[in-house]
Amino acid sequence: MTTHLTARNAVVVAMIAFLMLVPVYAATTGNTFMMTLFTRIIILAIAAVSLNLIMGFGGMVSFGHAAYLGIGGYVVGILAKEGIDSGFVQWPLAIALSGLFALGVGALSLRTRGVYFIMITLAFAQVVYYVANGLDRYGGDDGLTIQRRSEFGGLINLSNRTFFYYLCLALLLATVYLVWRMVNSRFGMAIQGARSNERRMNAIGFPTFRYKLICFVIAGLICGLAGVLLANHTNFISPQLMHWTRSGDLIVMAVLGGMGSVFGPVIGAVALLVLEETLPHLIGLVTHVFTGKEIAAAKEYWQLILGPMLLLIVLFARGGIDGLIARSRNG
Amino acid sequence: MAEPLLRVDGLTKRFGGVVASDDIMLDVSAGELHAIIGPNGAGKTTLIGQLQGEIAPNSGRIAFDGRDITALPVYDRSMLGLARSFQITSLFRDFTALDNVALAVQAHAGHSFRFWRNARAESELRDPARAALKRVGLEGRADVIVSSLSHGEQRQLEIAMALASRPRLLLLDEPMAGLGAEESARMVQTLRELKQELTILLIEHDMEAVFALADRITVLVYGRVIASGAPADIRANEEVRQAYLGEQEVVQAQGAGLGATHG
Ligand SMILES: Nc1ncnc2c1ncn2[C@@H]1O[C@H](COP(=O)(O)OP(=O)(O)O)[C@@H](O)[C@H]1O
Ligand SMILES: [Mg+2]
Repeated sequence: MTTHLTARNAVVVAMIAFLMLVPVYAATTGNTFMMTLFTRIIILAIAAVSLNLIMGFGGMVSFGHAAYLGIGGYVVGILAKEGIDSGFVQWPLAIALSGLFALGVGALSLRTRGVYFIMITLAFAQVVYYVANGLDRYGGDDGLTIQRRSEFGGLINLSNRTFFYYLCLALLLATVYLVWRMVNSRFGMAIQGARSNERRMNAIGFPTFRYKLICFVIAGLICGLAGVLLANHTNFISPQLMHWTRSGDLIVMAVLGGMGSVFGPVIGAVALLVLEETLPHLIGLVTHVFTGKEIAAAKEYWQLILGPMLLLIVLFARGGIDGLIARSRNG
Repeated sequence: MAEPLLRVDGLTKRFGGVVASDDIMLDVSAGELHAIIGPNGAGKTTLIGQLQGEIAPNSGRIAFDGRDITALPVYDRSMLGLARSFQITSLFRDFTALDNVALAVQAHAGHSFRFWRNARAESELRDPARAALKRVGLEGRADVIVSSLSHGEQRQLEIAMALASRPRLLLLDEPMAGLGAEESARMVQTLRELKQELTILLIEHDMEAVFALADRITVLVYGRVIASGAPADIRANEEVRQAYLGEQEVVQAQGAGLGATHG
């Protein structure tokens, strides 16, 4: 038990230390791409951690989680376009609307389970996706460039890349801590009990629906925040923010990293996005070595490698990367 | 006589063409151990399901402590003091035994919209949970994951969870199902102890246990109550012999000297 925890904790500490040093590395080497990539990874990790709260701990497999990224992002973008730059207005409104949307979706979908639940959450996300496509004033399917990042009355400056990076990292760590406290609290016990055996939960006196609904809303709020950060990061919003494949990516991050732990999805986000960036180059390199030629098309097939890798993880490492780490010391 | 703790009046439940509960009348008084016997498919589990609230009856009325609970959801009935153990073990398999029971305690310790404190460190939840485990003899297995417990231990845990939810009426659906002789004896002992302080509705196939424990027995056949009374009366009842005891070889082992009247 204790070796589990230390092996895990070591990875968590190493990962956090690594993430803290990224700007230092980027500054010394002048590698701005790395800053951009890891800011994105951190923001999506926040979304994946929030998804894992409902999916890994609550057993609610939402296939529409990217909708909250979209709602959070669009509130920032739309307000910015209308001349309201203040983060004090943008952020709370974005988060509140995300929560409200989660409340509606949850109220209508949480009575169903399994495939039906997956399909209903997907359907709601698709509705938001198509609504965004129809917003001609805000760029329709082309999207909309945000001229200025959220203003906080001169208190902080989000346009400073390094500052923004550390702000996102701080929010990720706060999210992980918050979710960790939550899953170990009475509320978390109720949520996990409902995942494990909802019938028994009712039998011993838990009205599970309301706990699941509140959990669903909390996840929506957190992911709405991730949407706010993403819009500020890219200075751009488009319906692609909430394309269903992005909801799929978030699920993959959680599964890959390990749904059984709060930190797992952070590992999953780093692993997936780093693979996404490096696999094409790796394939290019390998084909070059074997054929002596530059075959550009080969790079397009990186997903053919990623797919089977994910399959192997799901089949043989049920706890994801986190599970492998936990087990490795027990070997 | 005082108002019974549980009163079932004209309860009927149909599954398609099957009448699983057929105009059932049943009273359980406070303090008694009331056994329900009947052949497989007689509708015993269906009756418990309706009492507990998982199954909605087609007609009839259920009153608990004088209050009509027919339309009350499962969790509200649990709050009133109805606790059920399941015929087919139904536990939180990926939790420890102690976590399982602590959840039952938590359900009855106010709402669970508490987000911060570590629930596993709350003695308000853990102490009563340990006490419930102790009562069924599982105190030494508190930190074992449920899926690693033996079948017999899981049956004990079923009872501990029902106990931890502060019951006023225990609904036990074949607690001895699948137990070996030794485990059965242990369960009978547990039930004998619980009987001192709780009202119990017991479904059980083990006739020896039933006749040893029950204050009253109700016999169910094809969803109908064909007899209800003291153990001695049930044993002597001609209709029960004909309809039920005759069909069940088990009963011959009970040594009641019944001629098995098949037909
Ligand atoms: N959910 C259900 N759907 C259809 N038929 C059912 C259902 N549950 C029970 N039955 C039927 O109702 C009758 C009573 O079943 P049950 O209450 O499980 O009996 P017992 O517990 O006495 O063995 C049986 O004929 C069974 O097939
Ligand atoms: Mg049964």
